[in-house]
Amino acid sequence: MDQKELTALKNTATELRIRVIDMIWKAQSGHPGGSLSVADFVTACYFRYMNLRPEEPRWPDRDRFVLSKGHVCPAQYAALAMKGFFPLEVLDTLRKEGSPLQGHPSMTKCPGIDISTGSLGQGLACGVGMALAGKLDHKDYRVFCAVGDGECNEGEIWEACGTAYKYKLDNLIVFVDWNNLQLDGTCEEIMPPISLAKKFEAFGFEVYECDGNDMAQLVEVMDKALASKNGLPKCIVGKTVKGKGVSYMENVCSWHGTAPNDAQYKQAMEELNALYIKEEA
Amino acid sequence: METKKIATRDGFGEAIVELGKENKDILVVDIDIGKSCKTGAFRKELPEQYLNVGIAEQNGAGVAAGLATCGKIPFVVTYAAFGSMRICEMIRQEICYPHLNVKIACSHGGVTPANDGASHQAIEDMGIMRTLPNMTVIMPADYYAAKALVKAAAAFDGPVYLRFTRDAIPVIYDENETFEIGKAKTLREGGDVAIIANGDTVRLAIEAAKVLADKGIQARVLDMHTIKPLDQEAVTACIDEIGRIVTVEDHNILNGLGSAVCEVAAELGKGKVKRLGIQDQFGQSAPYERLLAMNGVTVENIVAQAEALIG
Repeated sequence: MDQKELTALKNTATELRIRVIDMIWKAQSGHPGGSLSVADFVTACYFRYMNLRPEEPRWPDRDRFVLSKGHVCPAQYAALAMKGFFPLEVLDTLRKEGSPLQGHPSMTKCPGIDISTGSLGQGLACGVGMALAGKLDHKDYRVFCAVGDGECNEGEIWEACGTAYKYKLDNLIVFVDWNNLQLDGTCEEIMPPISLAKKFEAFGFEVYECDGNDMAQLVEVMDKALASKNGLPKCIVGKTVKGKGVSYMENVCSWHGTAPNDAQYKQAMEELNALYIKEEA
Repeated sequence: METKKIATRDGFGEAIVELGKENKDILVVDIDIGKSCKTGAFRKELPEQYLNVGIAEQNGAGVAAGLATCGKIPFVVTYAAFGSMRICEMIRQEICYPHLNVKIACSHGGVTPANDGASHQAIEDMGIMRTLPNMTVIMPADYYAAKALVKAAAAFDGPVYLRFTRDAIPVIYDENETFEIGKAKTLREGGDVAIIANGDTVRLAIEAAKVLADKGIQARVLDMHTIKPLDQEAVTACIDEIGRIVTVEDHNILNGLGSAVCEVAAELGKGKVKRLGIQDQFGQSAPYERLLAMNGVTVENIVAQAEALIG
């Protein structure tokens, strides 16, 4: 990827972050911390890798995206709106009565959502089912799945890994959003993860590690993972920062599920807008 | 003449092969108890449509949901205790909430896994499944009903919970009998009392009606194979035309068929209902018929309760 493309992708991630904070501020409800940590992965998926038809959300040959950590759906909603699955104004209805943008993603309400999630630990198994269907039907689509580090406390994650390995799902790419903060505290404090990379490797995945908030690194490992057709499911353990891009939210546990007030919103917008990289003349 | 007895799990095992041959999107998702749940023939004859996710029920439900989003019609196959309770929340979140076309097909319903003891006897499952929005809940009364209702479930677009017996139970239907989801079968007409049963207890209701007839009491017998959506019309007719109902089920008397019938009666503000079923207690390792008897689920008790209602 050349520098120009990388810059464009970084700026798209910045726009996505701005939209995330804007919608959570307007809703006065939602999960900014994890939405910001996963934002670069979501951006890379939607704006570099996924084959989609926004005008035909259920196109059978599309790539799938499973947000197993469903509470960070503002990031996915922003991506879907920016891709044209629905008008940008719809983002203003997050968590409001009658909105397609439920507090946790609903596939029957929101165009572009491939599976309803929100109860942690369950999305990966669904992604495995989608990848398996692709193999059964000899289709080329890929399944991108974002899981949380805390979410890996759930046993079903590891059950799903077994199935991914057994059925040689190299069309499945799992991103672990390793921001090291769960709702009640740090991962070490709540449930020591030991090594998520080693765990996924032991479960038969081809594992990559990178800075999950560094777009250049992320693209480099995703390019490699997607090119590798060796029958092994892929896992990227991305070291991320919860609240990335908004100084007062970064690495602060309490921003897991809190909306910014007006003053905080203003500061966040100033900081995020400053992240835009101006194009070379 | 000896009545033919076949477990309804065998009806499932045969029907699923027929369905799979007709439609390559019909899949079996086994959870390492396929042999007990009678998917052996499917596994052998349709290996491309057969998946086994190991002893991992939660994952099985999720994988099925993902498959269903891609147009597949997966049957998650396990025991009723696990298929309803261990994966209850996965069914709720990933199958019922998004209204996906997944069937949960469970053997070992009720106390039919008798010798296995309480851990394997499922007395709560249909009640639990009944409370999930978008879920349809079915228990066929015999082998032929099982075959027909499995096919009806496959043709129905949406989540279905199917419950079969481990043990052999008498065949009561003809092989050409037709069934409609949500529509009770009237097996006998009568105006003195109604006996509404489902699953393996329908045979007891039929026998009880014969005993009652010998005493000059005419019982209407309904096979309520679908407890959700309940055939409100059939229950209402029993209340309006007869007013006295005995419900019989191989399930806790809480929240199953009996409760569903009581809900209709209570909202109508009329009708007397006596519920027979498992008396809100865990079972034990014992012969199947003994377990039913310990809970008063016998021909004799159905007769006695019907007579008591008539007064």
